[in-house]
Amino acid sequence: MTNTSAAPPLTTTTAAIAASGLTKSYGKVHAVRGIDLTVEPGEIVAFLGPNGAGKTTTIDMLLGLAKPDEGSVSVYGMSPRAAISRGLVSAVMQTGGLLQDITVRETVELTGSLFSDPRPVDEVLRRAGILDIGDRIVKKCSGGQQQRLRFAMALLSDPGLLILDEPTTGMDVEGRRDFWNAIREDAKSGRTVIFATHYLEEADAYADRIILVRKGQIVADGSAAEIKNLASGRIVRASIADADEKALRAIAGVNDVEVRPEGVLVRASDSDAVARYLLTKTDAKDIEITSHNLEEAFIALTADDDEEDKS
Amino acid sequence: MTTIATSAERLGRTVPPFGGFNLRFLAIEFKRRLRNRRTLIFTVVMPVTLFLLVGLPTKNVPLTATPIKDGGLSVAAYVLISMAVYGAMVASTSAGGAVAVERATGWSRQLRLTPLQPVAYIAIKVVSSLVLGLIAVVATFTVGVVTGVTMPMQAWIISGLVAWIGSLVFTALGLFIGYLVPSENVMQFLGPILAILALFGGLFAPLSQFPQVIQDIARWTPVYGLGEIARAPLTGEAFDWAAVANIVLWLVIFSVGAALAFRRDTKRV
Repeated sequence: MTNTSAAPPLTTTTAAIAASGLTKSYGKVHAVRGIDLTVEPGEIVAFLGPNGAGKTTTIDMLLGLAKPDEGSVSVYGMSPRAAISRGLVSAVMQTGGLLQDITVRETVELTGSLFSDPRPVDEVLRRAGILDIGDRIVKKCSGGQQQRLRFAMALLSDPGLLILDEPTTGMDVEGRRDFWNAIREDAKSGRTVIFATHYLEEADAYADRIILVRKGQIVADGSAAEIKNLASGRIVRASIADADEKALRAIAGVNDVEVRPEGVLVRASDSDAVARYLLTKTDAKDIEITSHNLEEAFIALTADDDEEDKS
Repeated sequence: MTTIATSAERLGRTVPPFGGFNLRFLAIEFKRRLRNRRTLIFTVVMPVTLFLLVGLPTKNVPLTATPIKDGGLSVAAYVLISMAVYGAMVASTSAGGAVAVERATGWSRQLRLTPLQPVAYIAIKVVSSLVLGLIAVVATFTVGVVTGVTMPMQAWIISGLVAWIGSLVFTALGLFIGYLVPSENVMQFLGPILAILALFGGLFAPLSQFPQVIQDIARWTPVYGLGEIARAPLTGEAFDWAAVANIVLWLVIFSVGAALAFRRDTKRV
């Protein structure tokens, strides 16, 4: 997309998010301890981490809902509050935040009335998939419907950046799928999306960049494939009579070798080299190579988690 | 990863006028107040019922030395004005106190993701409390007119205006409590407090019927000034500056309290 307006080019390549050195403590709890983050326009980024890793606190700071103890945040080159006032960024928060005593449509009308140039109510209701329940009182809506209402509200300002904090918490499988389909459909327009989740499948399936957070710090940042590799990818199992543990360990990329009565178990980033060795230099049988799934990578990278943070 | 430049059109956007204050917002706010059955019961049904039960039977009891048939005023008129004050103050408190509910449910946090400025939000609460207070006063007075209570036209107008505008003191109280305690049921404990304050303000029975010590205390309570001034056109008593001071004092106390509690609330983030 290029800017063709005659006006002096506004900084169209300004990062959607540029945060540096963010820290935030609540009393003795260090929720966030030094996060640097740059998100370019058009990226779909998952903020993945266990409960209490500091995801929500970070998002609060990106939105100006919490003031960082240290560090700075800029959203499209301005303060979060200024970006919100111009409708450049919107968010779908975890829970709450809805008036129970008005209808779905009224909620969207009310929210829309606060922006200077909102999208039509019907349009956002349709895009969020709740056009048919516009007249329903919010109190009577299911959790998934309420979440899609929050999504509809977030679409009103046609924001460049959409931030979703654990958007599918409490939804059933079907609701979760419908919700993500709506988000994915929407992101085709080039909207930048940042979402926090502790569901690995969501990060794997919907993000093109995963930022792994643990204890208030970023421990990994890359594509899903890169994250998987980071936790050193594969396990090679083989039946072998008397394995030479030393020789196995000498192979480049081997992280761990377990010799068991029934055979060996080798963890390695280069499983091919291990397999080649086993097949050519030993009489190993029944060789089996399994990939770490993201879940295992996630556990490996976020292990040793404790109760220290608030979510 | 593909980089998509953010359209200049988006970055060139403006903020809404008046900090987000607008009539659509006001209309929905107001609809919410009216949909709340409890609000309507306390602001309209209760004052009207109390008037019908307590005030109306005294329609022929003269309030002053002038007999009613000679154009004198009835005790019923006195009760009617008291009930209008009561309805308006409950209406205003609940409209301001709605802040508590909206903080408890996270709605105020949601609003912080919009361009709405806090001052516009508070303005919405104040205007809606004024509309609700007006309904309370008009409803009570209408029942008074229909049931045959008579007052000079200027008494209707002045008493009505005082009851209505004066209820802003209680809008401030509602906002104060609303920003102090996040609770879904703020009116459940404010309701009884308002009733006690109304009693001390002489709305349910003339203060002169109470022991002197109660009367002395009552002069310092928030409803006293409002009740006195609203009924002044009836009793024809000299303009009571102490009553005006009472109103101003409590308005200042509640407003400053609301402002401090508001600041604490936004700082906490």
